[in-house]
Amino acid sequence: MATHSEAYDIAVIGGGNAALCAAMTAAEAGARVLILETAPKPYRGGNSRHTRNFRCMHSGPLGPLVEEYTEEEYFSDLLKVTGGKTDEHLARVAIRTSEECLPWMQEHGVRFQPSLSGTLSLARTNAFFMGGGKSLVNAYYRTAAGLGVDVLYEAAVTHLELNSDQIEWVDYTYEGQSHRITPKAVIVASGGFQADTDWLTRAWGEPAKNFLIRGTPYNRGVVLSDLLDQGVESVGDPTQCHAVAIDGRATKFDGGIVTRLDCVPFSIVVNKDAQRFYDEGEDVWPKRYAIWGRLVAAQPDQVGYAIIDAKSLNLFMPSVFPPLKADTLDELAGMMDLPADKLKATVSAFNAACGDTSGFHPTELDGVATSGLIPPKTNWARPITEPPFYGYSLRTGVTFTYLGLKVDETAQCSTPSGKIKNLWAAGETMAGSILGQGYLAGFGMTIGTVFGRIAGREAAAYAN
Amino acid sequence: MQTDLIQEARRQAEICNACRYCEGYCSVFPSLHAERAFSDGDITQLANLCHNCRGCYYACQYTAPHAFDLNLPKALAEVRRDSWERFAWPQPLARRFHTHGGAIALALVVGFALLFWATRAIGSSGSEGFYAVLSHNAMVAIFAPAFLLPLFSLAISLRRYWAEVDGKPIQMPDLMAALKRAGKMQDLAAGHGEGCNFEDEDRFSQGRRHIHHAIMYGFLLCFASTSVATIMHYVFGMHAPYGFWSLPKLFGISGGLLLTVGCGAMALLKQKSDRDLGDPSAWGGDIGFILLLGFVGFSGLVLYALGSTPLMPALLAIHLGSVLTFFLLTPYTKMAHGFYRLAALIRDAQRKRDVSMAR
Repeated sequence: MATHSEAYDIAVIGGGNAALCAAMTAAEAGARVLILETAPKPYRGGNSRHTRNFRCMHSGPLGPLVEEYTEEEYFSDLLKVTGGKTDEHLARVAIRTSEECLPWMQEHGVRFQPSLSGTLSLARTNAFFMGGGKSLVNAYYRTAAGLGVDVLYEAAVTHLELNSDQIEWVDYTYEGQSHRITPKAVIVASGGFQADTDWLTRAWGEPAKNFLIRGTPYNRGVVLSDLLDQGVESVGDPTQCHAVAIDGRATKFDGGIVTRLDCVPFSIVVNKDAQRFYDEGEDVWPKRYAIWGRLVAAQPDQVGYAIIDAKSLNLFMPSVFPPLKADTLDELAGMMDLPADKLKATVSAFNAACGDTSGFHPTELDGVATSGLIPPKTNWARPITEPPFYGYSLRTGVTFTYLGLKVDETAQCSTPSGKIKNLWAAGETMAGSILGQGYLAGFGMTIGTVFGRIAGREAAAYAN
Repeated sequence: MQTDLIQEARRQAEICNACRYCEGYCSVFPSLHAERAFSDGDITQLANLCHNCRGCYYACQYTAPHAFDLNLPKALAEVRRDSWERFAWPQPLARRFHTHGGAIALALVVGFALLFWATRAIGSSGSEGFYAVLSHNAMVAIFAPAFLLPLFSLAISLRRYWAEVDGKPIQMPDLMAALKRAGKMQDLAAGHGEGCNFEDEDRFSQGRRHIHHAIMYGFLLCFASTSVATIMHYVFGMHAPYGFWSLPKLFGISGGLLLTVGCGAMALLKQKSDRDLGDPSAWGGDIGFILLLGFVGFSGLVLYALGSTPLMPALLAIHLGSVLTFFLLTPYTKMAHGFYRLAALIRDAQRKRDVSMAR
């Protein structure tokens, strides 16, 4: 077994936002840092490659953010999506620290832009990265290199040796060889396990085989599983994850943002039996897309079909795959492999339940609802009558899993017998410590940045 | 029209339109995001708006090896060059020079030969300075058509462009908005003003923008020099040679320096850039054009420096030969890009005006 010649104070496992924030912070504190990134360079950055914004508390205009977004409002937004399953203390640490992160991010090369077209609802709460997450990742790698951080790509960590209360060594493979290093401290920032379909299937059951993974194929939970096997404390429900409904034609991995579908509020969504199963107009889409991943996952074959007519086609952002298009519902049913008679019956029943649509307003909760229909559609309910008809298939797209490493407010990991004195975790791999269920747009980057910096600071203090 | 190039750019634009992360970088994306479907004219317009800063390529999560295989700067560069070749008049000329540096070099040799022949065959009598080598009337007889013909050709090309991109009658505010963007080269600055990703992967630098400025303003100064001299000659009866502190000389020397340095630096900078993020087939033509333009500036400076030595007549023929070639090739080389860029920026200003009026 080869040993790496350099002596590093800190090994950072993972190469996304949290890993980079940790590495830069530690290097600035004087530590010699090595990043072990399992992906090849073009795919470096984990799920951060696909992100686009950072949810940020602010007491006045800050960078691209307008007005204010208080700790209380932020926290209450979080509670709404997690249904109260939130570690309040850690959540407030993340929220409170987010404000000082934004200028720190700028100092480390991140550039922001005004809220993107189609996302005006986030202009106050979320700071958008110019060029998106990959440009953030690129900027951080450049800054880290300037700070003397070394990076190995395609370096797959296979094992961390835990001896009672400390990590003794780190094993990884690189260029076909096994290596062992003995850093003073280790930071795990290698994401969830969603790309390991077998693990996902063990956690979820058979339906998970039909899930699509929106982000990196490299988050297979190897290090997470290795640490859990050695008794490191975990947190989070293995069946919980951030999952959304995405275009059913997306690739198994790495489809990212362009596979999202914003058509649901203006559609009816049916399952493969052509039955509706949930109120499509419950709320504006940015507040509902995250629950649809689970709704679709609960349907037979984990698939849904959104159907709109001509008058709704231009009301939502275009998606990467053009919709199926037909002049009759019969034809559309044939194209989508749905039972035509049942689909027509479902549409007729829906149309009959629609009332006065004169108050229709695509960007507000307009109260244009069905009556006497189960499940109801409580907003934007307009009959589907105008050909051509359009159809999109929906599948569950998993962003990241919540089962992770349990950390305290210093991002430190532990076993049932106490703290592990040289192991910290940041990013999606510990996000379950804060998010019990549900998801709030841009909060993953907040957790990664805040706890990445904390982990870097703490690990460097220990190593020095 | 190379429909495969347009189709590939359209495929990529549709992916961009579903993502929108690059919206802040340049003029291309807000224009792209305003459409749901892209006509051939839309793609041509986007291609000519793109300044090839490459910010979007390095920021893109869908570049190879991802299956989407996005490389928008390249796709648009190829459509752009194809559009210049299509719109050019007369057609057969255009298809040589954009892609063949050798053709430009050959044209330069022909330009030299013409001027040497002219100085021998026409010559001059009784004048001083340069006009002793080639009379003023002979110079005008050669350069007036060599200046006007390319302008006529460009006018035809731009009319074709304007029709394809569905341009509207131009209003003053459109023109001013476009000149302002072009004058600052804002589309080479990225939305944050830190420049483009041209020389060292994703590192932002102002190198290309500043070098482009040197060339553009250098050229404009040289052009101003000639224009001022023409006015002095015909309106005020002040004939060359002019002294160092005269406007033609001050403009000409500073412009020549900027052109020479700028073109040299641009040729070097291009060596550092990744050819696969532009139009690889235009590489030779682009370098050939840059060297030609640099040579125009350089030979003018040499002519100034050695204008009172026995080398002058030869240097004059060489300089005027390069100027002649440069002018005549303007519609068929990279030089045409300035006109198309400005047209695209004007069209984009009209689009923005329409949007703000619709609100």
